[in-house]
Amino acid sequence: MSMDEKKIRLRLEHISQSYVVKNEVRCAVDDVTLDVYDNEFLVVLGPGHCGKSVLLNIIAGIEKPVAGQMFLDGGRLLKSDERIGMVFQKLALMPWKTVMANVEFGPEVRGVAKGERRAAAQKYIDLVGLTGFEKAYPNELSGGMKQRVGIARAYTNNPEILLMDEPFGQLDAQTRYAMQEEIMKIWEMEKRTLVFVTNNIEEAVYLGDRIVLLTRCPGRVKQVYPIGLPRPRDTVDPQFLRIRKEISQNTDLAL
Amino acid sequence: MGDIQESADRLGNAERVALDQGRKKKTTYFYMMLSITGLLAFLVLWQFAVMTNLVSSRFLSTPLEVINLFVVKLSDPFPDGEVLGINILSSLNVALAGFGLAIVIGIPLGLFMGWYRGFDAFMRPIFEIVRPIPPVSWIPLTIVWLGIGLQAKAFIVFFSAFVPCLINAYTGIRQTSQVLINVAKTCGASNFTIFYRIGIPSSFTMVFAGVRVALGNSWATLVAAEMLAASSGLGYMILMGRQFARPDIIILGIVVIGSIGVIFTFLLGRLENRLLGWKRL
Repeated sequence: MSMDEKKIRLRLEHISQSYVVKNEVRCAVDDVTLDVYDNEFLVVLGPGHCGKSVLLNIIAGIEKPVAGQMFLDGGRLLKSDERIGMVFQKLALMPWKTVMANVEFGPEVRGVAKGERRAAAQKYIDLVGLTGFEKAYPNELSGGMKQRVGIARAYTNNPEILLMDEPFGQLDAQTRYAMQEEIMKIWEMEKRTLVFVTNNIEEAVYLGDRIVLLTRCPGRVKQVYPIGLPRPRDTVDPQFLRIRKEISQNTDLAL
Repeated sequence: MGDIQESADRLGNAERVALDQGRKKKTTYFYMMLSITGLLAFLVLWQFAVMTNLVSSRFLSTPLEVINLFVVKLSDPFPDGEVLGINILSSLNVALAGFGLAIVIGIPLGLFMGWYRGFDAFMRPIFEIVRPIPPVSWIPLTIVWLGIGLQAKAFIVFFSAFVPCLINAYTGIRQTSQVLINVAKTCGASNFTIFYRIGIPSSFTMVFAGVRVALGNSWATLVAAEMLAASSGLGYMILMGRQFARPDIIILGIVVIGSIGVIFTFLLGRLENRLLGWKRL
């Protein structure tokens, strides 16, 4: 089955974003048109400050673009939508709440009954490997564990599309590898449409069904790479390295 | 160090816990002794300064005299007309009424102003005019309006405590992390839900700092108010001490005020520890 026959979940048309800083217009995202297919793992790859995060924020409804349209399952997307969840780059946990309270926050504010939301939260706490830490506070957790809480929280909202904004960017290299494997495992168990932003080529090739390469600021789509490698992928496999090289020769990444 | 073992082989968990507790206890004990020594040194120096006539006893009584007077004053209404207990209660009554009102009104007002920009724009001019007015400058007006009773003084105390409560609640909620707000947005929370589930908890540290300042202010203003318009209370007692040329009465009043301040600060600290326990983890 080729990509074209797949069902399109999310469509971005000519999305552009700019900011005015001290009377000077700065473009962050320029004319991005993109389709995201059902249950695909899409990686948005680009250099630092190229507007990747801005693009995710726009999809999540956190900011409004200056131009362009978005469609979710064919319907216009104009603001934050419960069908779209997000894992943030910064460690975005409420320090005054326990792991459980952080994870069940979404269903709680939507008024889901306690028993039901507890069960959902517990399921994803178990899935990300934090069983036994339900009553711990974020300050007691390591960086990797905090990010697991963030992932469990996003899943507990039961979104159809999950956005991940450089979720492993602040982790040390070893934890990062472990988390990449972890996220792959979770994605295979709980299929969702995933849009994953990163500036790390290896991470992109390891995770993505497709890689959307953005240019340096303002972010434009430079090229789209379908990655046909079987999973689990081996980062030192010749095929893997070939793709990695091909992409790195085409990027504006300073590597 | 005598408590380091030669080898960790025989150290069980229980021993390790005991070792850790022993070390912590030692440092805690050491610093506590330093605090007590500091306090004692101050009292001895004070006693010495008066006894050797370095400072005339007409202007300053010794700590021992003050302790003695404290006991006497518990049951003797002379010279100001009330026993110490009544004076303390009278002052506490006013302070807590004004302080409590400031908390109940000031904190919510600050939180709403900090969160809702329109409300801020609406309220800010009034607040900015009221803010720099020294609370004691309301005294003449309150005497005209409310006499010299509890209400008048509580009103002045209220003003002194209200400003820090409001400002800190305002600043605190403004410092809410944008990332957490975004998290709540993507979880489907409404603006009001974000306000009370994310904004208010985020402001707690600042709010507590404001309440501490407010407590200090209300105590200070109270005494000033009582010196100008009262018939009982610690401030009134101090004033009478001056009129009867009794430095021991004045100093007793000051020491009692200081001690009550310490007790309040301690209680507030306990409450803060309980509410913000996650910070110490």
